[in-house]
Amino acid sequence: MPLADPTPGGYFGDFGGLFVPETLVPACLELEQAFRSAWADKAFRRDLDSLLTDYAGRPSPLTSCERLSRELGVAVMLKREDLNHTGSHKINNVLGQALLAKRMGKTRLVAETGAGQHGVATATAAALMGLECVVYMGEIDMHRQELNVFRMRLLGSEVRSATTGSRTLKDAINEAMRDWVASVESTHYCLGSVMGPHPYPWMVRTLHEVIGREAREQCAARLNGDGCDGLPDVVAACVGGGSNAIGIFSGFAGTRTELVGVEPAGGAALNRGAPGVVHGSKSFLLQDEWGQVREAESISAGLDYPGVGPEHSALASAGLARYEVVTDEQVIDAFVLLSKTEGIIPALEPAHALAWVVRDRDLLAGKTVLVNLSGRGDKDVGQMIELLR
Amino acid sequence: MNGTLEVALRSKRDRGQKLLVPYVTGGLGPDWLDVVRAVADAGADAVEVGIPFSDPVMDGPIIQQASEQALAARTTPQSILRALREGDSGVPLAVMTYYNVCFRMGHRRFAESLREAGVSAAILPDLPLEEVGPWAEVADQVGVESVMLAAPTASDARLRRVCERSRGFVYAVGLLGVTGVRAELAGSALVIARRAKAVTDKPVLVGVGVSTPEQAREACAEADGVVVGSVLVRRMLDGGGPAGAADLIGSFRAALDGSA
Repeated sequence: MPLADPTPGGYFGDFGGLFVPETLVPACLELEQAFRSAWADKAFRRDLDSLLTDYAGRPSPLTSCERLSRELGVAVMLKREDLNHTGSHKINNVLGQALLAKRMGKTRLVAETGAGQHGVATATAAALMGLECVVYMGEIDMHRQELNVFRMRLLGSEVRSATTGSRTLKDAINEAMRDWVASVESTHYCLGSVMGPHPYPWMVRTLHEVIGREAREQCAARLNGDGCDGLPDVVAACVGGGSNAIGIFSGFAGTRTELVGVEPAGGAALNRGAPGVVHGSKSFLLQDEWGQVREAESISAGLDYPGVGPEHSALASAGLARYEVVTDEQVIDAFVLLSKTEGIIPALEPAHALAWVVRDRDLLAGKTVLVNLSGRGDKDVGQMIELLR
Repeated sequence: MNGTLEVALRSKRDRGQKLLVPYVTGGLGPDWLDVVRAVADAGADAVEVGIPFSDPVMDGPIIQQASEQALAARTTPQSILRALREGDSGVPLAVMTYYNVCFRMGHRRFAESLREAGVSAAILPDLPLEEVGPWAEVADQVGVESVMLAAPTASDARLRRVCERSRGFVYAVGLLGVTGVRAELAGSALVIARRAKAVTDKPVLVGVGVSTPEQAREACAEADGVVVGSVLVRRMLDGGGPAGAADLIGSFRAALDGSA
């Protein structure tokens, strides 16, 4: 049983929908039609598959972590999205959206970015396909992810800073939406997670389902000894907006595998928020008693977001996935641990999922846990130099 | 049955008057309520009061800055509505805010709070036709007029549905973009006003990008009136106070009356 599709209005249970300024509604409706038609078109799928294979380097490997597993008493496997071109899972989504934008006759992309991974991926796809590209990034994130700012500019994109509000991902999304309101005729908004107005949560999930599909096959081949059914006991992934999590969950939904999303303590919308509406959809949200959105505070720019994708709200409400919270300190420890035991420097975002495995290792003893290693840590080394000093 | 705002605007329009609705960010400065009264006295036909929201995606830099300042001064929907209840401006009032403020309070409580504060209408720019149903039903029951936005990107069929669902007036978005001061009136302002007027007899007001009395007069070649926001809020941010606001709105009034 795969993950359920949303209703025609874009709802997953009580969450989702199309809460955008009237100016953007026709564009969202047009995008949904265009994506449905592209996805049903064999030529489009073939083009995307070729790009994912020959350009992005898919399939990404599945790595069994021997030393880490021995140390924790938990069999840990990693889905290596960090080995994709541009260093994270984000490329799966942007290659699909950029192809779609071209098919729709759009000449320009706008995107938001937190850690810069989605921005770099979008700038990459824009360079590859000859599209103009503007990436909005919070002023604070531009400082903590300087390297990615340089990368985006090198790739020919313009990076504009969001200087209002918390000056992080939330405000970058506001700026990208404002740009799109003014440029909707020529521009596609290449949204980077399973959030925003319909059809984005569903479209972005669909483009990331490749992670789950591959992982399911790889697990079937790897976990085939005595008494094995080819499934891990648990799949864990970090959740900001939640795109890498929904991508890997999609391969295991409806099986006995437990789905666990891991939120940062400073941005735990599902654990510490309440239903609300921002950035185009209804979902759990950190907010005050009057509905003003609270500012998230996470060590990880990619998870520094007060909301979460609506499908995660639906999965949590239906009990189909559960969501844990880890602290910045636990994340730093996990970042170091994976580096030292496996020779893999993770991004701070997936280090959240690892941090949960490390923290709850006694509860997980003897189990097999598949962690989506959604990105590599090169971008975080500068920040870690400061943090570990 | 038409609500207070629509009745007031229709009757003035039918007498040949062009309609002027200034926008004031609630909670911006200690004298914002005096600004509301001052623009009413200077000839506003209704006043739109913004309840500031943390993430105003339909607003440009001026109203963003005003919203941030008002929120930093601990403005809440409650503090604004309480002030409006006590300070009679003598003209119909509408609040403009984002849907999460209404959703968080609950549709019924939000609608009843507006009615108790003497506010006739609500404008929620991130609540399009697709999502407006549950709120609009409650608003209709409670007697709050829910104003819909009509954008240049709408098809004729969609525009007709937007106008049908709108109460109070139809807020015609003058350009592709967010609120802000523009050097010229966009050609799209006249087009959307003309298109909306062709499918509704409700008052059609152009807002977004109407920045000078001359532009307001130009827009009213097609529209029944204008909403004037950023240029007024800019004056408030610059310390113009009630006198400065009255002066500005007075100049819009004079320009519109000259054309009527």
